[in-house]
Amino acid sequence: MAVEPTDPAVGVDEWVARSEQRRDYLPGWRGDVQRAAARVGWWPRLALAGLLGFAIPQFGLNDFQLQVGINALLLALLAVGLNVAVGWAGLLDLGYVAFYGFGAYGFALLSSNQLSASGVHLPAYESIPIVMVAAAILGVLVGLPSRRLIGDYLAIITLFLGEAFVEFTNNVAPSKLGGPNGIVAIDPIKGFGSQITTNKGYFYLLLILLVVTVAVLHLLDTSRTGRAWRAVREDPLAAGLMTIPVNKVKLMAFSFGAMIAALAGTVFAAQQISVFPTDFDTTFLILIYAGLILGGAGSIGGAVLGGLVVAITLDGFLRSPTQAGYIFYGVILLTLLVKLRPWVRLGAVLAATVAFGLAVHAVASAVSASAVAGGPQSSGWIADAVRDWVVVPSNAQTFGNVGFVVLVCLLIGLVQVRGRWRTVLLVPTLYLAACVWEGRLVAEPSITRQILIGAILIVMMNARPQGLLGARRVEVV
Amino acid sequence: MHFFVQELVNGLTTGSLYALVALGYSMVYGVLKLLNFAHGDLYMVGAYIGYFVIQWFGGASAVSIPVPLLLLIMFLLSGVGVGALGVAIERFAYRPLRDAPRIAPLITALGVSFFLENAALLLFGAQYRIYNTPEFISFNIGIHVGPLQIDIVRILVIVLSVALMVGLRLLVTRTRLGKQMRAVATDREAAEMMGINVDFTIAATFFIGSALAGVSGVMAGLVFNQVNNTMGFLAGLKAFTAAVVGGIGSIAGAMLGGMLIGIAESMITGYISSTYTNLIVFGILIAVMLVRPSGLLGRVQLQKV
Repeated sequence: MAVEPTDPAVGVDEWVARSEQRRDYLPGWRGDVQRAAARVGWWPRLALAGLLGFAIPQFGLNDFQLQVGINALLLALLAVGLNVAVGWAGLLDLGYVAFYGFGAYGFALLSSNQLSASGVHLPAYESIPIVMVAAAILGVLVGLPSRRLIGDYLAIITLFLGEAFVEFTNNVAPSKLGGPNGIVAIDPIKGFGSQITTNKGYFYLLLILLVVTVAVLHLLDTSRTGRAWRAVREDPLAAGLMTIPVNKVKLMAFSFGAMIAALAGTVFAAQQISVFPTDFDTTFLILIYAGLILGGAGSIGGAVLGGLVVAITLDGFLRSPTQAGYIFYGVILLTLLVKLRPWVRLGAVLAATVAFGLAVHAVASAVSASAVAGGPQSSGWIADAVRDWVVVPSNAQTFGNVGFVVLVCLLIGLVQVRGRWRTVLLVPTLYLAACVWEGRLVAEPSITRQILIGAILIVMMNARPQGLLGARRVEVV
Repeated sequence: MHFFVQELVNGLTTGSLYALVALGYSMVYGVLKLLNFAHGDLYMVGAYIGYFVIQWFGGASAVSIPVPLLLLIMFLLSGVGVGALGVAIERFAYRPLRDAPRIAPLITALGVSFFLENAALLLFGAQYRIYNTPEFISFNIGIHVGPLQIDIVRILVIVLSVALMVGLRLLVTRTRLGKQMRAVATDREAAEMMGINVDFTIAATFFIGSALAGVSGVMAGLVFNQVNNTMGFLAGLKAFTAAVVGGIGSIAGAMLGGMLIGIAESMITGYISSTYTNLIVFGILIAVMLVRPSGLLGRVQLQKV
């Protein structure tokens, strides 16, 4: 996944540098549609997206699907908040998940029996603002090191703060914070004589919160503050010379991000009815980053989209082996479709893979019957489609483990070679990927999820660092 | 008093492990200005390699070859294997990003770390693997003064770490490769113009740094007796901070920082409470980084524009 050779040349004007990315309108009526779409302002688009979101639960989703939707909206909200510090202000905040945890624990303490015998049970319109203001102050405190430290040092300090949050909730004041057992029996969100108890209710609540947050952030982005953030990201020294109060602007970014994370945390706690220290560990932080990176750091729409895609893919589809298979083979086919041109090459590679598989299968079954005894572990028509050419021996676990290591080696090799050999090497790589998937990965969905998140981060950063919707950073010297 | 000395020795042992990992962190940071989060996971991989070497030669209770030879194979295989893994990671994940904005390689490093941790989970499972060191190296051998006991494993770890650090210092200061590394660390472009093979130098740095992490992982297995796929991340984090505390880019500094953190940890565990060890250590580290970001032995870097 080499960097594309068409990087904008250094030393040219930004407008000229982006000329490659500009496209004429299409001819005829399609061009008219494009022009009309370009004239639509940001708020009708946001309203339209919001209405679409409102329509979704009307299709009779079951509780599990609604839960996936809630997780997706939460992740989108978190990614949008993370975008403020990381995407706009360029501050690598690796303790972000602690704010989320702070919000959740704050809400939990203010809406349960933890603090005193009779408990504190504030209505949501009191507890959520309290938690958010506290998180904003915490954000300023955590952001204080950014006055002195930049880049990697800030990253590692914030990462320590994130780890410290988990340690803190695990070990300090177990009678109040519950230690590893967390806090349970938290009130739902309530106020004005009513309360939200259903998943559908939380879905709508989160959707409203997300739309409002996006609107606020859009206004902020196009304001003086937003421009100041981007100026500080590009060059703090120059920004300072332009009389931008660099430190204040950085603290604001931390503070805004923290508030949004805390808001997400409160809804999370209320919806889950319980919070545990492990909900806020580094794994979840990396999930938020994966969402933001996939969508494109620096763009609100990208952050929302990335959060939704990551959460729906991981929570929704990768839980069931059949759907995970669709995603796995679908993504491979899509990548090949985009990368392999002309389509004759694609067809040749796919045919060669199946032929290669048939040959290997024939040889393996001739050598020993147990070498093909395992059979594919996914189900449905995918299993039928691959049964005759994907080799899975009876001890699928060992085979899968070895295959996984070889597959990673092959992938690394694939990046190194060029030209025709890459196409040739692609065939056994694809075949092995199918074998490992059928033999091992599909049987371990939770681990596969995590591995995929790591792979997404690596591949996205190498292939398309600006993400799906982000704008490519142009270096103008 | 003997309790204090005992804790001191424990701290020095843990500190040696941190120091070795910190050295690799510091070297990589020196040449690439990259915070390689995956470094801690390389330490974990090293520990696993050591474990599987023991299993290969009959398991801890029935080792089929002499113990010194076994240790030698463990260290060598783990060093070479993890070193090669480090080079592969550099080639695959970091090299394309050398000129990208700083945030890109950092997030990639996070991804590599996450990938390694979970690949190990897939391959080796979540259970703790037990080295069973006492089965083949008797804890009774060693220095015994009254109630004070320093067993041979701890002595081996401390001596070997110090030897490796001295060797590394000689490598960096006396050899051609070391000179190339220092040149690349100072100014990569200028080094390239002077005819230095930058790619090779960076790969070599990754190899040496990762090999040190691998060796350190085997030592951790020998001392703590168990390995797990999550052991790397936090250890790596502390090790990097050890490098920062001592001063990035300084070998003596990494050693000093590692030892200080190891001793602080074991003293807090011994005298205060093991519950708060990590919290207090984090606090100390954050304080040091805020007060003196250039580290104890590091030089203040002036930023030129």
